[in-house]
Amino acid sequence: MSTIVSLPDQATAKLPRKSYLNEEYGIKSWLLTGDHKRIAMLYLMSITFFFVIGGMLAGLIRLELLTPPSDLMATDTYNKVFSMHGIIMIFLFLVPSVPATIGNFLIPLMVGAKDLAFPKINLLSWYLYVIGGIIILAAMVLGGVDTGWTFTTPLSTHYLNTHVVTAAMGIFFAGFSSIFTGLNFIVTVHRMRCPGMTWFRLPLFVWGHYATSIIMILGTPVLAITLVLVALERTINIGVFDPTKGGDPLLFQHLFWFYSHPAVYIMILPGMAVISEVISTFSRKRVFGYTAVAFSSVAIAVFGFLVWEHHMFIMGVSQYSALVFSLLTMLVAVPSAIKIFNWSMTLYKGSITFETPMLYAFGFIGLFTIGGLTGIFLATLGMDIHLTETYFIVAHFHFVMVGGMLMAYLAGIHFWWPKMTGRMYPEGISKVSAIVTFIGFIVTFFPQFLLGYLGMPRRYAAYPPDFQVLNVFSTAGASILGIGYLLPMLYLPWSLIYGKIAGNNPWQATGLEWQIQSPPLTENFTEIPVMDHEAYDYEWLANKTQHEVQTVG
Amino acid sequence: MLPGGVDPHAHPAFLRHHFESVAQQREAASFGMWVFLLTEIMFFGGMFAAYLIFRNWYHPAFVAGSNTLDITLGTTNTAVLIFSSFTMAMAVYSAEMRRKGQLILFLLCTIVLGLVFLGIKGVEWHEKYVEHHVPGMGFSIQDFVHPTNPKAIPLAPDMAEKTQIYFSLYFAMTGMHALHMVIGVSLLFFLVALASRGAYTEGHIMPIENFGLYWHFVDIIWIFLFPLLYLISRYR
Amino acid sequence: MSEKIDPEHQEQHIVGPPVYLTILLCLLVLTAITTGVAFIDLGVFNAVIALAIACLKASLVVLFFMHIKYSSRLLKMTVLAGLFTFMLLLTLTMTDYISRAWGMW
Repeated sequence: MSTIVSLPDQATAKLPRKSYLNEEYGIKSWLLTGDHKRIAMLYLMSITFFFVIGGMLAGLIRLELLTPPSDLMATDTYNKVFSMHGIIMIFLFLVPSVPATIGNFLIPLMVGAKDLAFPKINLLSWYLYVIGGIIILAAMVLGGVDTGWTFTTPLSTHYLNTHVVTAAMGIFFAGFSSIFTGLNFIVTVHRMRCPGMTWFRLPLFVWGHYATSIIMILGTPVLAITLVLVALERTINIGVFDPTKGGDPLLFQHLFWFYSHPAVYIMILPGMAVISEVISTFSRKRVFGYTAVAFSSVAIAVFGFLVWEHHMFIMGVSQYSALVFSLLTMLVAVPSAIKIFNWSMTLYKGSITFETPMLYAFGFIGLFTIGGLTGIFLATLGMDIHLTETYFIVAHFHFVMVGGMLMAYLAGIHFWWPKMTGRMYPEGISKVSAIVTFIGFIVTFFPQFLLGYLGMPRRYAAYPPDFQVLNVFSTAGASILGIGYLLPMLYLPWSLIYGKIAGNNPWQATGLEWQIQSPPLTENFTEIPVMDHEAYDYEWLANKTQHEVQTVG
Repeated sequence: MLPGGVDPHAHPAFLRHHFESVAQQREAASFGMWVFLLTEIMFFGGMFAAYLIFRNWYHPAFVAGSNTLDITLGTTNTAVLIFSSFTMAMAVYSAEMRRKGQLILFLLCTIVLGLVFLGIKGVEWHEKYVEHHVPGMGFSIQDFVHPTNPKAIPLAPDMAEKTQIYFSLYFAMTGMHALHMVIGVSLLFFLVALASRGAYTEGHIMPIENFGLYWHFVDIIWIFLFPLLYLISRYR
Repeated sequence: MSEKIDPEHQEQHIVGPPVYLTILLCLLVLTAITTGVAFIDLGVFNAVIALAIACLKASLVVLFFMHIKYSSRLLKMTVLAGLFTFMLLLTLTMTDYISRAWGMW
């Protein structure tokens, strides 16, 4: 069933003399680099920066909601805070989180290429991201946006006098950044695979990112044109979304959610991609039903385009159309369930070990399942009328996005940290932080399901005193969660200098990226690898290790 | 041997270090361009969806709006753009055949035709501005409620208001198309400058080919815009 | 040795001036036809014919000017994927607009 390989002795591991980190020095060598690994590092730093800002805004929201009246800040300030929290977390953290950092670092390594297909476009996409981020921050500093991250018309076009156009422009730039990332990934996966790397030998990480990229390139431009139309509506009143001129605000919703629903899968598919790798490595088994998991990623990407109207059930869309979309929404549950079941089957009779990435992965599976199943409640037309625009929705998408994606992101960061930096993170404290994150998360967001079911609406600064107990729980949980996120931000930089040296393959994983030195060389491979075995083939790895011991040792 | 006489295993100067062969680089670049054009389809797609909905809702207003456009100028522009697509295709052919003079000539033809298109478009826009048919800039429904043309059917004021939606879409779509043309013409100047240094007649034709794809794509958008905007019930 | 067809690759094919000239003429003729037909009252078929001719013209440009006829299956699929997603946007949005007023009059 499973093959147990003894871990290498890390005491003898040495940092390689030459790697992508010390190939060149100086700020210019980073800002003008074409190396996908350095760009991934740039992304990692900028994404962490925006995550901290978005996280602090989340903290403000929870503080305000500690007490029933709106006493910490004025109600319109509260509107600005939650809008900015949404905009920053979605467009500047969740969308690029795994693809632009871990994906950027690993996809060329995993397909056996020297770099992504278009290194300069990759760098351009980072610059677009930074420009978009700065514009969004500018919108925040100049006075904020209070439309919510959804820019609902005609609220955003006619009734609010805040920096809608500025924020929309920032999102436009960030959107093109993600289009270019997706374009690069698709071309790389199609054109840059090494000899022997057939589609069904690709790690599932690559399949997940391929599916993500499809959504990025087909969905994001629709958001871009929608935001352009919103900006035109605001500046010169073209009337396309304005009911007083014969326009249709629901058209805005259609176009916006045509991107923004698939965008949910942009946010979760890379997380699933990480989990496949982690689960397989730490149960030392090939992922159960490899083909099914691979195709379920693509199926999620395709089905993702068929369901957007479920965000609009109570907005006055046609009931008949709503019925169709409700049924189609249920369809997405099928590939998601395929993944969950196959991961569980992978664990079955595996030699499971509980390293930090695995703990995060367990967190992901549990929380994503809850988040996914509550999604079915919301897809059901009758339930949706009761639950939509309440905290039930807030809890649902935080279970998927924070409980799912953020857990997966941290799992991935910990899992590939030795590869990225050449050093191990401290195992003890990181396990503690994984558990703290999980507990903090449950305490924060589980009460919100109850609040929503009881009828507490989202996006209000004040609420009736009856809801206070659950809100206090939620705020208390948020502080625990905050500690859980703070710890990695402290010990990961610490490990850059004091961490144990990792060696090439500390997890005894099978991916191509683990067969080269860590941190890798700028050109990744000294000679182009030839893939002569299936993905997740632990027998092959055991034979290879034994062979190396005999010949070298 | 590849077209342009490149040995697929050679390592010419334009081969980037992370590609194994010229063929791989070429296929990656052309596939990348097509993926980018996919995003462009969806970018314009949002506006086409809006057009479809409002045309069904406010058909009389769309007919009236469409009939105020100058069909001679519109048809001329269509022909101009089709010609420019042809000259661009010929430019790609010249690069493949390594004929530098011919390449520059066809690129210049494309620039001229592109500028002619933009010029005619500018004349049409100005006409609309004079007629007060630009939304957000003194838009007036006078011409649709009390048409000066005896053959035109007067619209009720509430339907005449909806011509503003038609013109909003007209300006958004042709404007976005013209923006793509402006970007295209600017890029063409760079291509001519580089082509005159012989950059694209030594086997490295990818930039010319990819630009050709872009230019043809912009042409295709116009091929759809022309009947949708200019040719609604012209027989009135 | 059997030649294995790889759907992702295709040898570059040079298209010559005769093809381009033919396509140019076809496109100009079709433009003339579509403009002419617009002045004849055919009811709903005016829109149908106009769109059909536009699609035909676009196909000619894609197939010959953009060389898709001579390209790999991958590129053909890419073009179709774009059309497919665009049609999804239109049809699924229209499900709402067509039936929004059903049962309300």
